[in-house]
Amino acid sequence: MKKLINEPDRVLEDALVGVAAAHPSLSVNVADRYITRAGGPTPGKVGLVSGGGSGHEPLHGGFVGYGMLDAACPGEVFTSPVPDQILAATKAVDAGAGVLHIVKNYTGDVLNFQMAAELAADDGLRVEAVVVNDDVAVENSTWTAGRRGTGATVFLEKIVGAAVERGADLGTAAVLAREVNERSRSFGVALSACTVPANGKPGFELGEDEIELGVGIHGEPGRARGKLVSAREIAGIALEAIHADMPLSGEVLVMVNGLGGTPLIELYVVFAAVAQWLAGHGVTISRSLVGNYITSLEMAGASITVCRLTPQLSELWDAPVQTPALRWGR
Amino acid sequence: MDASMFRAWIEQAARLVIDNADHLTHLDAAIGDADHGINLRRGFQAAVAMLHEGDPATPGTVLAIVGRALISKTGGASGPLYGTGFRQAAKALGEDPDVSAVQLGAALQAALEGIQQLGAAAEGDKTMVDALAPAVNAYQTIIDTGGNLPEATRAAADAATRGLHTTINLQARKGRASYLGARTIGHEDPGAASTVLILQALASATEKATS
Repeated sequence: MKKLINEPDRVLEDALVGVAAAHPSLSVNVADRYITRAGGPTPGKVGLVSGGGSGHEPLHGGFVGYGMLDAACPGEVFTSPVPDQILAATKAVDAGAGVLHIVKNYTGDVLNFQMAAELAADDGLRVEAVVVNDDVAVENSTWTAGRRGTGATVFLEKIVGAAVERGADLGTAAVLAREVNERSRSFGVALSACTVPANGKPGFELGEDEIELGVGIHGEPGRARGKLVSAREIAGIALEAIHADMPLSGEVLVMVNGLGGTPLIELYVVFAAVAQWLAGHGVTISRSLVGNYITSLEMAGASITVCRLTPQLSELWDAPVQTPALRWGR
Repeated sequence: MDASMFRAWIEQAARLVIDNADHLTHLDAAIGDADHGINLRRGFQAAVAMLHEGDPATPGTVLAIVGRALISKTGGASGPLYGTGFRQAAKALGEDPDVSAVQLGAALQAALEGIQQLGAAAEGDKTMVDALAPAVNAYQTIIDTGGNLPEATRAAADAATRGLHTTINLQARKGRASYLGARTIGHEDPGAASTVLILQALASATEKATS
């Protein structure tokens, strides 16, 4: 294992100290493991709390700030946060209007957020939870834990963040969050595995000419293993899978996201292929995002997320945002 | 059985989990996300530390502290699941300073039900339930037919081990392993493997306490 770390078991702690030092706009509670906006909660505003395992940076801590999240709860690398830290973050951002939990659909995340929400309710807080499950690589059936939450989380945090910044109430925010989730789909492809620092070895093995189609953001396998093919063909496979699940039409928001070990130039090569495929199917890209937003440590590969926009969603996407990882219009 | 026996159980479980952490993580790497051993080691280390700090006087309090520690420190799905199991067992034991083999049976049953309810898992889903359910059953059978406590806990551990072996041929339907579908066949379930360790620890703790 070759990593820029001090001790394998202290990576999260050391990184949180770094986040605190780098971003005065954030308040980092290293002991209790949560990140909030430095100014404290905005009176009367619904609090947005997200969280999940670490190793997906900038998700979620990089999206704390004006127009997006109020708090992020990072768990250990690839491990869901624990109820205590979620509860502490929830209390820290509650401004009297309730708190919305944004949870990616993984058994551990769902169970830990559920326990935190029960504890918060015991303490008299109003909490709603929205589960993100946009990954078409997993069949949503009684035979699986259901679809994974991946790229749509970024869209949801941005769009719902804009809405609550303007005063949307808890119920409205939850409905909007579910709408974004419903209208979004993702598909990821891995070219290499990644290594959890505390583990020291790659999570899986891929041959020199092999790729994992439909990979999850923790390196969980997807639909199948395949041979490495061109970026154009990979984009086609991903978009066919998305299109088969949710027919694409009209205006869309597209994210081509790097999984951590793929250079931006390759992401643009993929984006060109995505744009060509969508144009060929009569779909208009009206908003886009290219870069590393929801990563999987140093994994090489990319994920493609598409959201079918409405005028309201486009408008909320364009609204000002000021976070370490996403900022415009302000 | 008093609080000290239950503490000895948890301390032995922690030792087994720590000694086998790499193995559990290795099993998890095959069909999950390669963190089960790391997480459970952190959880059980916290449980032992909190028992040392809290110095509980009843078996029920010991298990309540363990449940709380596992929920607070483990992360992943196994933290809430094992934590809930220990908390439900604690509730079943109540405030008694000394509990019987029959009470322990009821506590194991309560743990199983708590875990099944939270995880919505049935036998055959390739989870910890595939080790725990037959173990609870075997324990009850020995007690019901007049066997003693060490015999019952040993039977539970053995039944859990057999349950673990059955998970090899099962396809996962719950948790992160379920994404792999048929590719999970041929591998032991990491959660069932850690359940075996916890029950082996119970067997050796009760054997020591009665010898």
